[in-house]
Formats: sequence, C-alpha cells, structure tokens
Amino acid sequence: MTWKHFFTSSIGKKFVMGLTGLFLISFLVVHCTINSMIFFNDGGDMFNTWAHFMSHNYIVRVLEIGLFAGLIVHIIQGLVLVKQNNDARPVKYSMNDVSANSKWYSRSMGLLGTLLLLFLVLHISKFFVNTKIALYSGDEPHNTFEEMKEYFQQLWVVIAYIAGVISLFWHLLHGFSSAFQTMGINHKRYTPIIKAAGTAFSVIVCVLFALMPLLST
Amino acid sequence: MEHYMMNLTLKVWKQKNSTTKGSFETYPVKDISSEMSFLEMFDVLNEQLIRDGKDPIAFDHDCREGICGMCSMYINGRAHGPWTKNTTCQLHMRAFKDGDTIVVEPWRASAFPVIKDLMVDRTAFDRIIQAGGYISVNTGNAVDANAIPIDKKDADDAFMAAACIGCGACVATCKNSSAMLFVSAKVSQLALLPQGEPERESRVLNMVAQMDKEGFGNCTNTYACEAECPKGISVSNIARMNREYLKAGLSTED
Repeated sequence: MTWKHFFTSSIGKKFVMGLTGLFLISFLVVHCTINSMIFFNDGGDMFNTWAHFMSHNYIVRVLEIGLFAGLIVHIIQGLVLVKQNNDARPVKYSMNDVSANSKWYSRSMGLLGTLLLLFLVLHISKFFVNTKIALYSGDEPHNTFEEMKEYFQQLWVVIAYIAGVISLFWHLLHGFSSAFQTMGINHKRYTPIIKAAGTAFSVIVCVLFALMPLLST
Repeated sequence: MEHYMMNLTLKVWKQKNSTTKGSFETYPVKDISSEMSFLEMFDVLNEQLIRDGKDPIAFDHDCREGICGMCSMYINGRAHGPWTKNTTCQLHMRAFKDGDTIVVEPWRASAFPVIKDLMVDRTAFDRIIQAGGYISVNTGNAVDANAIPIDKKDADDAFMAAACIGCGACVATCKNSSAMLFVSAKVSQLALLPQGEPERESRVLNMVAQMDKEGFGNCTNTYACEAECPKGISVSNIARMNREYLKAGLSTED
C-alpha cells in the first residue's frame, strides 16, 4: 500500500484525525499544568517563570512548530471529511430522529471544532502573539500573569473564553475515546476505562481552563 | 397484547426513478389491524391504490421474517422504524396508535440511489463483497465441518459478525452515510476464522478501497449504526477492521 493510498482512504483519514487529536490532547496536558501555576498564589511568579520557559526554551520552540503543524493537519483533514460526508447524502431526510441513536456532541464535531478555531484565533492573537513580540523586541521580562489579569477585566473576553472552553469540553468528550476506537482499541475491559478517563480528562482540563478568566475577574 | 383497529395517515416518498426528483404523497389508510406487519399495511394500501387505478408504492421485500435484508424503510426518522434490533417486515402495527401520521422515506445516500419510491439500489454492497468478501476453498469432497479446531470466542465473534444481513440500515442511519459497520462485519467474520487466513490482508485492503470508491462517507464514531442495526452488529467490528487495515498496510509491500 502506497502512502497516498493510505492517506486518501477513509480509514487513513480517520487515523490522521485520531493521531493529531491525541497529539493535541497531549499539548493540553502541558498547557493546563502550566496554567495551574497560578494556584501557588505568589502573585504570578511561578506562572511567569514557566511562561518564560515556554517562550524561550529552544526545544519548546521547535515543538511549537510541530504543534501548529498538527493543528493545521487536524483542521484541514476535518474540513475535507465534513465536505465528503455531506456529499455522501445529497438528499437529506425530511424526518430524522437522530437523538434516538447517538449523542448530539458526537454528531457536532465539525461545529464544535469551528467554534474552537474561532476561540483559538482570539486566544493566540492575544497571548501567543504578545509573548512573541516581547521575545523579539527584547521587551523583557514579559509579565504574562498581569497581562492575563488585565485582559480578563473585559466581560466579553470572559464570556468568549468560557464559550471556547465549553466547546472544548464537548469536543474532547467525543474526541478522546473516539481516537482510541479509530486506532483499533475496542475491548470489553479497556474501553470503559478509556471512556471514563476521557470524561475525567475533559472535565479536569476544562475546569482548570475556565478558572483562568473566572479567578482573574 | 390487545387487538385493535386503527386509521392512519401515511406520508410516503414517491419518486419515479433515480433521475427524477421525488416528493411526499399523503395517503389515508383505514381499518388496519394492530396484528399486521408494517409491510402488510403497505399491501393493504397498495391493493386499494390498484383498485382506484392509481400507482402503487414500490418497496423492497423478500423473506418477511427479518433475515433477507431487503426491506429498507426510514420510518418516522428511524431506520426500520421505532423498534430496536428489528427489520421493517418484523415491525408490527401495534407500534402505532389510531390517528397516527407515519412518515416513510427510502434510505438516503448517494451510494444507494433510489430506483423507485422506497426501493434503493444496494448493489454497492455486492461490489464490496466481490472485492474481497470471500474465501478460497479446494474443490472435491466436502471437508468435515469440525476438521479445523477454532477457538470458541473467535467462533462466537465470527458468528455475531456474520449475523449482518446487509440491509444498509447502518448507512441509512449514519450522518455520514458511512458503510463501515457493514464492511467491518464482513471483514471480521472471515478474519476471525482460519478459512479466511489466505486472503486476510488483501481482503481488508480491497474491500475498504471499494467502499471508498462507491462514495460512502467516513466514519466519525457516533455509533448510530450499532444502535439502529437490526442484528445488533457491534462497533467493535469497526475497531477490528481498523486494526486489520493498519496491520495489512504495514505488512504488504505493493
């Protein structure tokens, strides 16, 4: 089987979605661990130390390129799949009782992903871009903690962040366990553990993220 | 179960052929017994339509005992109607009550074009089977059925997968019109048994390639297929097919 054959097949495409999804999930672990540094209650010293490490360490900066690549692949592949899946049913049902057989969020990954992308545009254009500007203009040390506190004084920003985190929650709730099914892992003993871990992960990560704007206001 | 009679309003999809656009027609049906099957109710309606000189409703059916997989109807927004693990022919009118309006549509997928009214062309499934859903056997005397020892669990799993009747409810139900449940059941039933071993790798690669060629959508793990499958085929078969596909892809060199 050629690479082209694999990556254009339906299973290959879902494999790419699952693999990049798990990769992005691994990044969320790092992200929310560093966010948790605000719980030291030291005026943001520990948080800023780690923010500084993340923006200055060369290994992290190389990994960052991989992260964006993974995100872009996940987005493009997702859009391709949405298009193909829509085309597979040109005439829609006039009556379709979808709630009888599946969860709404499992059917709404495209929509949830789009909301997440809109949130990411807002999020990256603030924090990521500002740390980069600080890095290259030599405007150091950059106080990310103060910047965050100030940013979250605006009510619309808080609302946008909470909406983004809620989208992330539902996206993860399906995506986490779904990725394992795609990798071929479906087992009487392990699947319930994977599902429970996915739910716990979605709750913990999203609560930690939601606490950032909530505690800053 | 108490027997009762009912009058119903049917909204049925009428479509002349695959190239014309269809639309809904409304039919009143009277004096339907709660003990009739859903298809018998259609028989009553069609006889009435023929007597009135009107065009009867075309629908697929063969065995009427839930094993042939011909009766494909999307009833009130559900493949094979409101009952679970059940085909349209085994759906009985006691599932409805007097005065109900029932909406009936054909399976909707670009890979299943409408032939007429509620009949769809499911030969895409046949072409997927032809691509690899078979085993090679030597001719000559029939071999003893138990000549090859098979693990009990594998035999059970293969049997569960082989229960698939190829009705297409998985495709009809899936929001992406994906045929993964059907193909994975067919791949699994043969991959689990020693008789399926010689073509194990080429089978999964060729069947998936044909499935993609037919224009079915991609699986997004909503598991709606499993919920609506009249034979209760498990999505664990899809995971098995994914494994088989990855394994075959890693080991074949052409």
